[in-house]
Amino acid sequence: MSVAETAAIETLRLEGVRKSYGIGTPVEAEVLHGIDLVLKKGEFAALIGPSGSGKTTLLNLIGLLDQPTGGGLFIEGQKAGALDDAERTRLRGRSIGFVFQYHYLLPAFTALENVMMPILAARGHPDDEMRDTAAALLDKVGLTPWRDKKANDISGGQQQRVAIARALAMRPALVLADEPSGNLDTQSADSVFDLMRSVNEASRTTFLIVTHDPRLAQRCDRIIELVDGNIVSDKLNPNVIRRGEY
Amino acid sequence: MNRLAPFEWITAIRFMQEGKAQTLLIITGVALGVGVIVFMSALVAGMQANIIRRTLNYMAPIVVIPPDQVARPQRADEKAAVAALVQPRSQQLRSIDQWQKARAQIERLPDLIAVTPVASGPGFALRGDASKAVTIIGIEPETYLRVIGLAEKIVAGRPNPGTSDIIIGIELAKDLGANLGDKVRLSTASGAAETLNVVGIFDFGSKGANERNVYIALRAAQNLLNLAGGVSSIEIKVQDPFAAEVIAQTIQAETGLEADSWIKTNAQFFSAIAAQTLSNTLIRFFVGLTAALGIASVLVVSVVQKSKEIGILRAMGTSRMQVLRLFLVQGGVMGLSGSLLGSLLGWGFLMLWRGVARNADGTPMFIIVIEPMLFVLAAAGATLVGILAAAVPARRAARLDPAVAIRG
Repeated sequence: MSVAETAAIETLRLEGVRKSYGIGTPVEAEVLHGIDLVLKKGEFAALIGPSGSGKTTLLNLIGLLDQPTGGGLFIEGQKAGALDDAERTRLRGRSIGFVFQYHYLLPAFTALENVMMPILAARGHPDDEMRDTAAALLDKVGLTPWRDKKANDISGGQQQRVAIARALAMRPALVLADEPSGNLDTQSADSVFDLMRSVNEASRTTFLIVTHDPRLAQRCDRIIELVDGNIVSDKLNPNVIRRGEY
Repeated sequence: MNRLAPFEWITAIRFMQEGKAQTLLIITGVALGVGVIVFMSALVAGMQANIIRRTLNYMAPIVVIPPDQVARPQRADEKAAVAALVQPRSQQLRSIDQWQKARAQIERLPDLIAVTPVASGPGFALRGDASKAVTIIGIEPETYLRVIGLAEKIVAGRPNPGTSDIIIGIELAKDLGANLGDKVRLSTASGAAETLNVVGIFDFGSKGANERNVYIALRAAQNLLNLAGGVSSIEIKVQDPFAAEVIAQTIQAETGLEADSWIKTNAQFFSAIAAQTLSNTLIRFFVGLTAALGIASVLVVSVVQKSKEIGILRAMGTSRMQVLRLFLVQGGVMGLSGSLLGSLLGWGFLMLWRGVARNADGTPMFIIVIEPMLFVLAAAGATLVGILAAAVPARRAARLDPAVAIRG
């Protein structure tokens, strides 16, 4: 199957991915022990597990922010493990969006400009098209009235919505969300979660969401449980009615 | 966002605006540094130019004289004994051999302003009971006045003597009690004497020159000094006084005559100028270094403060090179802004100095020429220093591991 054909059905594939720290030192420790995982296009999956189980490490590897010490990692059919830093950065910018527990918006920029940033970094110069794209995304997350506010002048829930819009700016195939509602109250958390869900349903963007909140995990299509660096459970959520198209 | 500005510029300017206090502080620091550099450079250059101009007012940058006479002991043959002691010859006043030919040869060289023949030697100026030892300087006024600024120093009368005229300094005029139109008798050791009319009185601002120098026509000097048709020296003015030594060496090589530059004959004065230049350069270097360290420290702090933002920029696809450029731009902008402000500050200092540093008569102590190139160089230098100072923090920012940076 060609890379394009694979990309049409499969967003992420991990084959025996391992990650060790302190290699060659007395404190060498393997934190991920051969992870096999496939996320199909349009999946909305939760990654759960106790603290220290390796969830964030796995997310960093999938997000190409870190490199595995073993195994194969494929993003939309493209082998990412062999890429150099510049190629990994390009692939990350093009195919992966991030939503963190904290929004990490750039306080010097407005909400609209924050959403434009990934496109600006990729294209080099601002243009009308990226402004329109960012405006449409802000509209989608319900923040049009706040688009010209500086990032620090809006509420926590709104900041996280801007962060979601920013993660979607490059129309990525995969959005990685690390405790996206961890800093929010229940109402805001639900609202952010609903937003991600609606984006997933509307654009078939694949989501992998790390969460400690069992209530939110139960609203995902698939729940993957990581314990001590191993996937101990990976099952479709019977409580969710899936579209069944992936 | 400015459509023409690239990503790095937009982000760098916003980062700087965000840390407004830090940015303003460092730009002020750079401005003060550049202000001091501009002020010091213009002041020292003005001071040096003034000293050199004053020195070269009554001294030609290059003087060509006949080679020294040397004693040549006679030897009968190869086996003859070599004299253990050869007494050096006394140097007589004599003419440059074929001086017209040498003058023509010199005039063909580039970078010269004027070449003039001079017949000079010792003599006595007599008037009534007063007698003073003087240096008789026989000149060809049309060329001599282009070499020596005598015309500007004339306080009474005119600067071009005819064959029966003499120009004397104000000190000699006082000593002899002579004034314009009076007669002064010049005599030399050979017994020759001439009575001449005082047609000009000069003031070089140097007591020695005002007491000793007397200017007469070349032909009159040749007669008095027993140099019939000859000249004792050829004096040359060059376009760049600092190139005088090199040109003097060329003249020496081409004519076989001895050519002394003012740099060689005023070695002590020149080393004082060089020491002043060196100390000025050192001050500029340390001020520049201080500004560079200021910029670097602000950016190092900025990299630490913004590590999470750098991490998120990297996560959203910003390359290492873009991050590197982002911080280099900040360094360059800080340097450039500081230098523009500093140039203005330096110009202000100079204007203030011009107003304050005045002689008792209200004239400026010395002329400071404000060269636009000084400001251009200061701006370019400070921008470069800013970029170089930003190199280390920029490299550090570019090498940040995004995962670690975001995690904090």
